Amino acid sequence: MSGLHPKAPFPKAAEASVNQPQLRANLRKVTHTIRAKRAAVVAELPYWEQLRQLGAATKDDSLVNLSDRLLELERNVQARGGQVHWARDAAEAREIVARIALAHGERELIKVKSITSDEIELNQALEEHGIHAIETDLAELIVQLSHDTPSHILVPAIHRNRAEIQALFNAELPGEGGLSDNPQDLAAAARRYLRHKFLTTRMAVSGANFAVAETGTVCVVESEGNGRMCLTLPEVLVSIMGIEKVLDTWEDIAVFMETLPRSSTAERMNPYNSFWSGVTEGDGPQEFHLILLDNGRTHVLADEFGRQTLRCIRCSACLNVCPVYERAGGHAYGSVYPGPIGSILTPQLLGMHDKNANSLPFASSLCGACYEVCPVEINIPQVLIYLRNEGNAHKGPNAESLAMGAARVAMSEGWRWEGALRLARLGQGPLVRQGEISWLPGMLAGWTEVRDLPALPREGFREWWKAREGSRTVDANTQAGPPDIVQDAQNRESPPANVQEGGHPPAGQHGQEGEDHA
Amino acid sequence: MSHPKSVHPHNAEARLEMLTVINRAIAGAAPVEKPAYPRPQPLSAAEREEQFRDRILDYRAHYTRVPLAELPQAIAASLGRAQRVLVPAGIPADWLPAGLEQLRDEPPLSHAQLDRAEAVVTGCAVAVSETGTICLDHGAEQGRRALSLIPDLHVCVVRENQIVQTVRGAVERLGLAVRAGRPLTWLSGGSATSDIELVRVEGVHGPRALHVIVIAE
Repeated sequence: MSGLHPKAPFPKAAEASVNQPQLRANLRKVTHTIRAKRAAVVAELPYWEQLRQLGAATKDDSLVNLSDRLLELERNVQARGGQVHWARDAAEAREIVARIALAHGERELIKVKSITSDEIELNQALEEHGIHAIETDLAELIVQLSHDTPSHILVPAIHRNRAEIQALFNAELPGEGGLSDNPQDLAAAARRYLRHKFLTTRMAVSGANFAVAETGTVCVVESEGNGRMCLTLPEVLVSIMGIEKVLDTWEDIAVFMETLPRSSTAERMNPYNSFWSGVTEGDGPQEFHLILLDNGRTHVLADEFGRQTLRCIRCSACLNVCPVYERAGGHAYGSVYPGPIGSILTPQLLGMHDKNANSLPFASSLCGACYEVCPVEINIPQVLIYLRNEGNAHKGPNAESLAMGAARVAMSEGWRWEGALRLARLGQGPLVRQGEISWLPGMLAGWTEVRDLPALPREGFREWWKAREGSRTVDANTQAGPPDIVQDAQNRESPPANVQEGGHPPAGQHGQEGEDHA
Repeated sequence: MSHPKSVHPHNAEARLEMLTVINRAIAGAAPVEKPAYPRPQPLSAAEREEQFRDRILDYRAHYTRVPLAELPQAIAASLGRAQRVLVPAGIPADWLPAGLEQLRDEPPLSHAQLDRAEAVVTGCAVAVSETGTICLDHGAEQGRRALSLIPDLHVCVVRENQIVQTVRGAVERLGLAVRAGRPLTWLSGGSATSDIELVRVEGVHGPRALHVIVIAE
């Protein structure tokens, strides 16, 4: 198991959060604030679209040469005094970290925020070995002290308000008790608590935002300075990175240093970026381990269409624009990767076998906002549709495929369609409540679980047309033919002006035409 | 502390399997064409300096621009009443105000000793006007990473010709240092967090104050 496995299908998991007004208000505020700030800093760069294309191509280039890149990275990290470990799955990665800590007799280590370490559920595994991992990012510390899980990639404790954090810090941080709910005071309390840990703890664990094969360089981006502390002060450093994080040359870093901060924290640049290559004599940890983690990534790589998912640089821009995330929140996705990117990454990492994860590609209205903001042009809506198909193919015949098959037969001939409509109108009788169907029986229940269905009208278009034709035959003076508006359209090269501009002709005019024909 | 050098036996097996699976996954994949790096309209040196100033102030860091002759006074003003000021070995003597109580990292200071320093004065490797970023490559004017991390006040001196316009330009200038194996730290304003209700709090773990002094040329 790992931090990827949702405990319930998305619609069920989302139920709790959509019914919490406070949570929805928090989410709305956060997503809208960051969304607007992002748009402003992105607009400063007139060549943003070119940067997106370059970012996508740079990642793709590394992915299609991944084995060469990883070998080059390994060689260069080792040449600079670092050690490289390969982990096929979460369990192997956890074991490597625990083994390093135990070899040094460490019982406590400090951690930089890392979703990859959450993905492999590192902290729990270390506790089992009697090793305590202290989260040093403020939000991660809040999440850890309250035995909670993160709900946003960038602001993991966004579902907590200041009063909750005040109570938590007063109860849990040694020596505190009289803190106000002022964020400044709360951040200062975290600083006091962690300062001593930074100065005295001898081992740290981090993730990695990027790695450069050519130079053996690893990069961590952050805001608070806890990352610099963890990467600089301890004697032993272990960094865990997904294999897709590797880039070819040092210069490849540039495009992401432009697009990641603007997409993520909506800043021109985030406060601190650290880069290091293996071990530097007399500066920083003198023992460095880099763990290269697969944990399903090669599954994703093997799929030519799904592969673009691995371009992701974890900026979280797609979360902030998603109408589903805004209402459901991060926990509903049941994985350390929430939001639109999580909806495609989680099921693919698990290999499309997990029943709960396979509900995630359906947690979208396919509005496409996620694709538009993605700094590496991951076409999330298309991958969602692709994964829906994949998921359905695994299922074999089901309600949807049977219904589609029946529709194919019914729609193949006009008389079949009319007959089917008459039957359906009779059948829907007991299900219609105030013009809507909110519950369907048996295999059809899946459709109405999350949406209402309008009842069939008393008369369909074909029936209306037929009745109208019938009345014409009686009235021999009227020439049978399409209504004026259709004839008009046929006689013009472009659609009539009223259709072109407004989409619909004014209602009065429409009525008039009908009367003319009657 | 011991240094375990032996690699776990499972590691070779995991490595071989991962590389095999990757090779199978990417077999026959077409090579990728990378488009050219977009370049903005170049700014003049004066415009770059102006943009850099604007960005630094936007991060709520302090900004001063002085001729070299006035640098010692500017540094003294930034340091205020700070005692025990860390000075990396490569800082030119004519930068510093007279009578400054200097703390030297020779022999290397312990973390506890660094924690008692109240301020640090460093140079930089390159700065980016478009983003207000200062890049350290931890050469002689900057010292090892811990020096510019632990004290509460960081006074950073930037020569005007170190300011480039773009991130890409800075990355190119830093190529030599990275290829020589040097670590880098990029600073854009002081440390900050917005983790509690998205309220920005300045000064979490890194230096809580950043003073940038540009030497006018």
